[in-house]
Amino acid sequence: MPFRPLTLIAAFCLAVVLPFLASAQTLEDLIARLPDGNFNDRAAIVAQIAETGDPRAAQVLDALLEGELEQRSADGRFVRVTGSRNNQTATDVLTGEDLGPVARRSTEAVRVNNALRRSIRTALGVLTLMDPDPARRLAAAEAALRSPSPDQVEALAEAMAAEANATIRIAQTRAHAAAVLASDLPLQAKLDAVAVIGEANAQVVQQTLNAYRNAAEPELAAAVGAALAEAESRQRMWSQAQNLWFGLSLGSVLLLAAIGLAITFGVMGVINLAHGELVMLGAYTTYTVQQIIRTNAPEYFGYSLAIAIPLAFLLVGAVGVLIERGIVRHLYGRPLETLLGTWGVSLILQQAVRSIYGPTNREVGTPDWMSGAWQIGELTLTGPRIAIVIFSLAVFFGLLLLMKYSAFGLQMRAVTQNRPMAANLGIRTGYVDALTFGLGAGIAGLAGVALSQIDNVSPNLGQGYIIDSFLVVVFGGVGNLWGTFAAALSLGVANKFLEPWAGAVLGKIVILVFIILFIQKRPRGLFPQRGRAAEG
Amino acid sequence: MKKLLLSTALGAVFATGALAQEGEPIRVGILHSLSGTMAISETTLRDVMLMLIEQQNAEGGVLGRPLEPVVVDPASDWPRFAELARELISGQGVSVVFGCWTSVSRKSVLPVFEELNSILFYPVQYEGQESQRNVFYTGAAPNQQAVPAVDYLLENGVERFYLAGTDYVYPRTTNQILEAYLLAQGVAAEDIIVNYTPFGHSDWQTIVSEIRDFGSTGRPAAVVSTINGDANVPFYNELAAQGISAEDIPVIAFSVGEEELAGIDTAPLVGHLAAWNYFMSVDTPENEEFIDAWHAYIGSETRVTNDPMEAHYIGFNMWVEAVEAAGTTDADAVIDALVGVAVPNLTGGISSMGANHHITKPVLIGEIQADGQFEVVWETAGLVLGDEWSDYVAETAPLISDWRAPLSCGNFNTETGTCGGSE
Repeated sequence: MPFRPLTLIAAFCLAVVLPFLASAQTLEDLIARLPDGNFNDRAAIVAQIAETGDPRAAQVLDALLEGELEQRSADGRFVRVTGSRNNQTATDVLTGEDLGPVARRSTEAVRVNNALRRSIRTALGVLTLMDPDPARRLAAAEAALRSPSPDQVEALAEAMAAEANATIRIAQTRAHAAAVLASDLPLQAKLDAVAVIGEANAQVVQQTLNAYRNAAEPELAAAVGAALAEAESRQRMWSQAQNLWFGLSLGSVLLLAAIGLAITFGVMGVINLAHGELVMLGAYTTYTVQQIIRTNAPEYFGYSLAIAIPLAFLLVGAVGVLIERGIVRHLYGRPLETLLGTWGVSLILQQAVRSIYGPTNREVGTPDWMSGAWQIGELTLTGPRIAIVIFSLAVFFGLLLLMKYSAFGLQMRAVTQNRPMAANLGIRTGYVDALTFGLGAGIAGLAGVALSQIDNVSPNLGQGYIIDSFLVVVFGGVGNLWGTFAAALSLGVANKFLEPWAGAVLGKIVILVFIILFIQKRPRGLFPQRGRAAEG
Repeated sequence: MKKLLLSTALGAVFATGALAQEGEPIRVGILHSLSGTMAISETTLRDVMLMLIEQQNAEGGVLGRPLEPVVVDPASDWPRFAELARELISGQGVSVVFGCWTSVSRKSVLPVFEELNSILFYPVQYEGQESQRNVFYTGAAPNQQAVPAVDYLLENGVERFYLAGTDYVYPRTTNQILEAYLLAQGVAAEDIIVNYTPFGHSDWQTIVSEIRDFGSTGRPAAVVSTINGDANVPFYNELAAQGISAEDIPVIAFSVGEEELAGIDTAPLVGHLAAWNYFMSVDTPENEEFIDAWHAYIGSETRVTNDPMEAHYIGFNMWVEAVEAAGTTDADAVIDALVGVAVPNLTGGISSMGANHHITKPVLIGEIQADGQFEVVWETAGLVLGDEWSDYVAETAPLISDWRAPLSCGNFNTETGTCGGSE
C-alpha cells in the first residue's frame, strides 16, 4: 500500500475537526440561525437551544425573551442590548463581554412575538426547573403548567421531590399532573392527575382539563367532566363574593371622590363644580412628587405615595382656601352664581394644568409594595384596590373624628348650623368658612393621590368623577357624612351586581333612573338631616 | 421627459396667474381641539402641521408662495367644529383644512365643506362607510386596520374573540364589520362576545374578570379593543392587576398608539398588540428624519410620534404635490389633481391617493415593548387601498366610490347602476 500523506492529513483533520464541528453545531450555530425564517422556525430553534444542555443557553433565551437579543450588522456578533433609545450598551450574549455603547441602527433585533415568547418561557422552564432562585423555579413550574408536555413528567417529578418550598411544590405538582394527562401513562395515573388538578382554582381547572372533556377512556372523560362541573359551580358561588368585592372597591373610589364634596357641598352648601379639578390637582401632585423622586433619589420611590399624601392635602387645601377667599365667599346665598363661578374655576384649573404639564397622560407608578394580587378561594384581590379600600375608610373615619371631637369640628358645625349664633359666641365665621372649604378641597386632593393609582392622570381626570360625586352626596343626604358613606358603598355594590347581566352602559342608566325616582320620593336622600339645621 | 415638458407647459400657462399672486401667502386651516377632552390627542396634530408648514416654507413654499397656518380651537365641541370650519373657509379664506379627530366632528363639518366647496384632510383611522368629494381620508379604513388585525389573530390560532368597545359610532360600526367577517371565517357565534362601555369608563374590574373567564377555556382567546381615549389606561392597568398577560389573552387595539402608552407603565403590557399603518419604531431613513425634525421642532427628545401624525405628513405632502401639479389652489382643480398623487410615507413605501379619496397604506401589527414603543411582528406584503364601503356589510357591499369624471360619485351602487347608495 503506497504511502499517501494527503489522505492521512485529511483523515487527521477530520478526526480533529469533527467533534469540534459537532459541538459548534450546538449553541453558536443555533443562535446564528435565529434571525432567519418566521416565528415558527424560531420557536423550533429555541427548543433545540434548550436541548443543547449548554450552560449559556438560559442566558441566551433570557435575552431573547426580553427582546434584547440583537445581531451586530458589522460582524454578525450576537449581543444583548440594554438601555434607552439614545443610550444603548451591548454585551456579548455568549461570553458576557462588555462591548460598550452601540449606535442606533447598527444592530438588528431578533424579533419575538407572543407565541414565541410562550415557547421561550416553556424552554426556559425546562432549564430553570431546579434553579436556585425560588422565583425562577415558580415561573418554571407555571410555564410547565401552561403548556404541558409529556417529556417533562420525569423532570417535574424530580423537581417536586427536591423542592422544599410548599407553594412551589404545589405548582410543580399541578404541572406534573398536567404533563401526566398529556402523556400516554396508564389510566390510573391520569385519574390521579385529574384529582390533583381539580384542587386548583377554577380557572386552572378549566384551562387544563377542557381539552380532555372528550377523552377516549370513558372513566377519564367522566372524571374530567365531574371536575369541570365542580369547578364551574365553585366559580358561580364565588362570583357573588367577587361582585361584592368589586362593588366595595368601586364604592370606596366613589366615597373618596365624594367625601370632599360632602364637606363643601354637603356641610357648607356650596355647589362646587371645581371639585373634580381639585381631585385632579391631587393626582398631579403625586405625579410631580414621583417625578422629583425619580430624578433625584430613585431608591426612595417606595415612599412616594407617603410623601404625596400630606403634600396633596396641604397644597390642594391651600388652593381650596384661595378659591373660597377669592370667589366663593362673595357668592354665599347665591347658588346659581356659585355654580357658574366654580365652573369657571374648573375650566381655568384644567387649562392651566394642560398648559403646564401638557395635554397627554402622565405616568404615575405604583410602588412595589402595593402591586401584586392575593388569591382567596376563587377571588383575586389586587394590591392597589385593597390599598384604596383601606385608604378611603381611613380618610372617612379620620374626617368623622375630626368633625366630632376636635374644636375645629365643633366650630364648623356651629357655623353651618347657625351662623349668627356662632358669630355671637366669638367664632370667626369667615375664618371657619375658609378652613372648612380648604378641608373639603384637601380631602379631594387625597382622593387624587389614590385615584392616580387606578385612573389616568390627565387634565380630564376630574370630569369623570364630578357627576358621580354629586350623585353620591345627594343620594346619601346632604349634610350627612354617614349618608355619603352608605350611598357610595351601596351605589358601588349595586352597580357591580347589575353590570354582569345589564352591561356597563345599561347598568349606569338603571342606577341613574333609580336615583332620580328615589330623590322624587325622598328629596333629602337616604339619611336626611333632622331638626333645626334641616330648615336652614 | 414628456412629463417635464408638460409641466413646463402647464407652468407657462399659469405663470401669469401665479405672478399676480406672487408673495401673497396661501392660507392653510388647522382645525384641531386644543382644549377639552380631545386636546390630549389633537394638540399634537396641530404641532405637527405647524412643523410641516414651517419646513415647506423653508423650501420655498408652494407655487412660489409662502404658506400661512391659520389655527383655530374648536374645544372638543362638535357644533363648534362646523362654525369654525365655516369661519376658516369663508372668513379666513383658507385653501385647505387639516383637521378633526372624532367621527362626530368630521360628520359635523361635512356639510360645510360641501356647501363652501373646500378641502378637508382627515388623518385618523375611522369606521369607513363614507366617501365625500371634499374630504380626503388619510387615516385607515376598517380594511386597513381592523380586518388585517383579526386575520393576524386567526393566523395565530385564536379561536375566541372578545370585542370590547366604547359605545359610539366607530366601535359599533367596526365591530359590526368584524363580527360579520369572523362569522364568514368560520368562527362560531358563541365564540364571539361584543361588549360596550360608556365613554371614560374607569372601573374595569367586572369586564376584565369576564375576559379572564372567557379566556380560560383552554382554547386560545383574544380581545379586540376599540376602547377609546382615556378609558384605555384603567383598562390596561386592570388587566395587569388581575395578572392577564399577553401570552394568555392578547389584546389587539385600534386606538392605542405611542401617545396613549405614554401615560402607562408598559412593563406589564408587553406583548399586547396594536394595528396601525405606522409605528414610531419603524426603522427607515424617512422616519428617522421625521422623528429628528419633530424632536427639534417640539424641543423635547421624549415626545413620541404616532399614526395620525404620519397621516398628516402624507396628506400635507399630497396636497403640496397636487397644488404644484394643478398650478393653483382652486378647490376643484386640486381635488381633481389629488387623485393619483403618490408621495413617500414614513414606512418605506409610496402612498397614493385613490379615486375614492382614501389612500394606500401598509398595515402593521405591533407588540407593545417595555419602553412604550411597538415592535412590528407582522405586516401586509404590499400597500392596501382604503375600502370606503365595507364588503362585509350587506347594505354597503355593492357600493363603490369613484370621484373621477365621468362617474364622480361617492356611493355608486353596482347592482342598480345608480349613484345614491343602497336606498
